[in-house]
Amino acid sequence: MHELKVSANVERLEEVLDFIAADAEILPADAKFKNNLKIAVEEIFVNIALYAYPSGEGDVVISASTAPDNITVEFRDSGTPYNPLIKTDPDTTLSIDEREIGGLGIFMVKQMMDSVAYRYEDGFNIFTMSKHWSG
Amino acid sequence: MDIIKSQNGADTALSLKGRLDTVTSPKLQDALTEVLSGSGDVELDFAGIDYVSSAGLRVLLFGQKKSQSSGKSMKLKNVSPEVMEVFEITGFSGMLTIE
Repeated sequence: MHELKVSANVERLEEVLDFIAADAEILPADAKFKNNLKIAVEEIFVNIALYAYPSGEGDVVISASTAPDNITVEFRDSGTPYNPLIKTDPDTTLSIDEREIGGLGIFMVKQMMDSVAYRYEDGFNIFTMSKHWSG
Repeated sequence: MDIIKSQNGADTALSLKGRLDTVTSPKLQDALTEVLSGSGDVELDFAGIDYVSSAGLRVLLFGQKKSQSSGKSMKLKNVSPEVMEVFEITGFSGMLTIE
């Protein structure tokens, strides 16, 4: 397992992407898989950075565990309890004029990962997501 | 992300290089705001972009809406397979003009 503790601030995004890129690089998966994994990590990290600590600073702990055919990434923060999975998915069939800006990030995470889960435990928001590769 | 701007008459081409993420997307939003306040069309060269998150998509949606409402066009070219997959998953492939 590989872990990063970082301040929940969008300015730290590059560090977070470097962290997951180091894991992604050694996976026997294709470029689309690795790209989707990085995007999902950005979306969850940015959500936490923007909303978890409305009145100040806080940390997020990101851990990545690799198994023979999948990777699981967990995010843990002690901010406001919030389940991002309750957000309604955007309607991707709408035309440009009808299309709204919100809800896209978490929708992408759901589409790009194979499983996502949220729980609130002992004062922590814990968001877990995993993705399998084949071959 | 770096943005290189070139002018062809009234039209502008923006050549992008790097990641279009939460931190870098505002830079493209500023560039599009400036270019689309002029009179010509805009072309975005995505050859150097291999990563677009939802923040990048929001800026592209902004550019598409702004160009349409002012009677101009915004076109994307040289989109990589990784980025095209993101456009397809989110329904953006049908909204953007991609060459």
